Amino acid sequence: MSEKKESYVELKNVNKSFGGFEASKDININIKKGHLVALLGPSGSGKTTILKMLAGLENADSGDIYIAGTRVNDVKPKDRGIGLVFQSYALFRYKTVYENIAFGLKIEKRDKNYIKKRVNELIELVGLKGMEKRYPRQLSGGQRQRVAFARAIATQPQLLLLDEPFAAIDTKVRKELRGWLRELINEVGITSIVVTHDQEEALELADEIILTNHGKVEQTGTPSDIYNNPKTPFAAAFLGDNSVIENISEFKGFEGIPGKAVIRPEFVNVYAQDESIEHAASVDDAVVSKVVFKGNIIELKLNIKGSEITAYRNVGQKQVIQGENVKVFIRKVFEIDDTKASSRENSIYSGNDSIVI
Amino acid sequence: MQKENKIIKWLLITLCAVFLTVMLILPLIYVVTTAFRDGVSAFLKAVGDKYAVKSILLTLKVTVITVIVNTFFGIFAAWTITKYRFKGKKIISALIDLPLTISPVIAGLIFLLTFGRNSFLYPYLTKMGIKIIFAVPGIVLATIFVTFPFISREIIPVMTAAGTDEEEAAALMGAGFFKIFTQVTLPHIKWALLYGIVLCSARAMGEFGAVSVISGHLRGKTNTMPLHIEVTYQAFDFTGAFAMSSILVVMALIILITRNILEYYGKKSEEESVKDE
Amino acid sequence: MRFTRKNKSVIPGFGLSFGITMAILGFIVIIPLCSLVVYSSKMSFAGFIETVTKPRMLASYRVSFTTAFYASFVNLVMGTVLAWVLVRYDFPFKRFMDGIIELPFALPTAVAGIALTHLTVSDGWVGRLFAHFGIKIAYTRLGITTALIFIGIPFVVRSVQPVLEKIDKEYEQAAQMLGASGAQTFFKVILPEIVPSLVAGFTMAFARCLGEYGSVVFIAGNTPYETEITPLLIMSKLQEYDYASATSIALVMLVAAFLILLINAVIQSRSSKIISGIG
Repeated sequence: MSEKKESYVELKNVNKSFGGFEASKDININIKKGHLVALLGPSGSGKTTILKMLAGLENADSGDIYIAGTRVNDVKPKDRGIGLVFQSYALFRYKTVYENIAFGLKIEKRDKNYIKKRVNELIELVGLKGMEKRYPRQLSGGQRQRVAFARAIATQPQLLLLDEPFAAIDTKVRKELRGWLRELINEVGITSIVVTHDQEEALELADEIILTNHGKVEQTGTPSDIYNNPKTPFAAAFLGDNSVIENISEFKGFEGIPGKAVIRPEFVNVYAQDESIEHAASVDDAVVSKVVFKGNIIELKLNIKGSEITAYRNVGQKQVIQGENVKVFIRKVFEIDDTKASSRENSIYSGNDSIVI
Repeated sequence: MQKENKIIKWLLITLCAVFLTVMLILPLIYVVTTAFRDGVSAFLKAVGDKYAVKSILLTLKVTVITVIVNTFFGIFAAWTITKYRFKGKKIISALIDLPLTISPVIAGLIFLLTFGRNSFLYPYLTKMGIKIIFAVPGIVLATIFVTFPFISREIIPVMTAAGTDEEEAAALMGAGFFKIFTQVTLPHIKWALLYGIVLCSARAMGEFGAVSVISGHLRGKTNTMPLHIEVTYQAFDFTGAFAMSSILVVMALIILITRNILEYYGKKSEEESVKDE
Repeated sequence: MRFTRKNKSVIPGFGLSFGITMAILGFIVIIPLCSLVVYSSKMSFAGFIETVTKPRMLASYRVSFTTAFYASFVNLVMGTVLAWVLVRYDFPFKRFMDGIIELPFALPTAVAGIALTHLTVSDGWVGRLFAHFGIKIAYTRLGITTALIFIGIPFVVRSVQPVLEKIDKEYEQAAQMLGASGAQTFFKVILPEIVPSLVAGFTMAFARCLGEYGSVVFIAGNTPYETEITPLLIMSKLQEYDYASATSIALVMLVAAFLILLINAVIQSRSSKIISGIG
């Protein structure tokens, strides 16, 4: 396996528990050099524990952790060659931007001229020129994050860890910073791991997503892979804005599939009464129970065969109102049982599934 | 309604003013006026008395040692309690605060029992020629005990509020204990630490009960300023007693002013760090 | 081992700082307190009971408790008023009034003791006024109470003040909008909020007053059965080299102090439960 050879960061059969609580259960992870990986999962899923074990802030109870080919279980945190961006940024409040970034270099007892050059370079890189003398409290949230980033990579670590880097920033700036961070990490070329609970963030930012739940790795893959081909019930339900249907066999086009299914809004076409219907044989009747205007899109809650599902309509389409009867065509669902999830298309497509993403 | 409120307001303010004037300010004025009752020369003579000077020097010595020990202890205790997780932390905190609840007289007594004639240590100590009871080391120990939590109590809340993120970040970058403390932690606790030092000095300077038990009242040897005041007072040398007291009154006022300045700066830096969040 | 770390921390220096902390704590607090325990374990229980229940002892407990209680009560009332005035009103010299509250912490107790004594003797500045009405202060229990009031002033003020500062003015205004009078607002809305801090301030002051020695010896007159406080009895036993009796009385006082603090702790944890809604 060529993939194995390339792995730069590796966790092998790692376990960790706090008292009776199993925070990590048999974790196996491979991360390639230069990749940006997102550890995605709900809070308490064990993603932060993985990050902390990599950084050396927690010790694994069993298993091996490798960074750049070296087993680091017994290596002191400071000797692991890791840059860490804390969730709170943990900037030194009583040090200026310049002093914050220079701290690690000073500890390494680098040459004065080198420090000066390197810090100025970094300040330029993160776009904070002219703010060298400011204190963290005089900076905006986004600027603080830039300082934290510059500080973390100042000593040219081999691995960059970011713990919920956008948690403390308001939504608007967050999107902007996300793009910035992605570009910067590409530019610096450093292997990076981002811990996040925000799927949108993970999908947009990462080369690869490691999805965690209840201390286990649920699924690993590229963002589109994870999103489009969830392998576990959790993966199917966690990503996207989902509705879970108890008995999918009642729906047209999914007859014969036992058990439950997850439906994403984008899988659902909604037709008002007088609109032309593409697959007339495969539509179900539904009642609009709620209409929510979301700006660029209209979100509908539909009552269908005793279940409620979410669907979208475009703003340009004819408006539907609460209580209206509509026709619903479901293109695809994720069939789920206790352990796995699998993609199922509407039977109308059988034979030509090229439409599906 | 408004008028009624105003009447209540000024009534309460007057009540407080009278209470504080009688209880706090009057004693201060009385001490100073009595000290100079027989003129400046009498005051100078009382203060310049051989035993008076010795007691002042002893008090200085005891206070300085006490403050150094308690500062050293306070910093390490606060660091241990706020920067690490370990079992038994609550017990340690409780033990540190314990001296606050113990009567000074009992504080003196326990050192008397530990190092005095009845102690199993006593023969060894005498053999080695170490005198603790009825000597300066005993006074220092009792004073340290009485003021033991003063500094840690001031800095622990500040360190708890600051969290451990910054220290962890510095440690991950390879900084050692001393570097982290001086560069990262100390700027946070600077004002609280100074505040604690001031409180500690005030109490150390004025401790009477504990020192009284353990000093043996040897004039010129183990009499601190408060003990000198007691001795002169009981000899009906009121000018002497109040002259010495007036020095302590001035010290108390300096301490109060410093305290208020430090509190102001402490609050300011706290507000600034809140803005940080 | 009791003191084991749950988790390794990246912050260096645990061994060093823990070691230093325990060494000094052991030398200054733990060993001396143990010697008290060791010494008292050598006494017979019957002897202990006999010593601590002598009439003169019982009288001293009564003097100590009643004076400490009255003084703390005065400070409870005055401390509340002071905190209220300092938080709610603006007036000239407010900074000064606020700044001088800690004087009893800064002024050596012996100095306070002799000054208060001279002020309250029957021809003193204050004592003279009271002498007109036949009230003697110095060398009576009233004198002891006065000295203890002085000692306890900062406790209640400083424990209530921050709580009062946090109570939203809007909260009170809401009560007034609903038709509550000024007094009703205070007793029904504000008082319940500050009760825990009042209790804390009161018990701290009370514990401190029970153990106070320096300021009291001068003003008390120290007449057995009348104006003799318990710490003074310990002192006089020590001067007679009667360590056994001194230790016995000290044990009684320690137990009393811990009980007071325990009561406070129970009340505090209860009220914090009510506030956080755990019930």
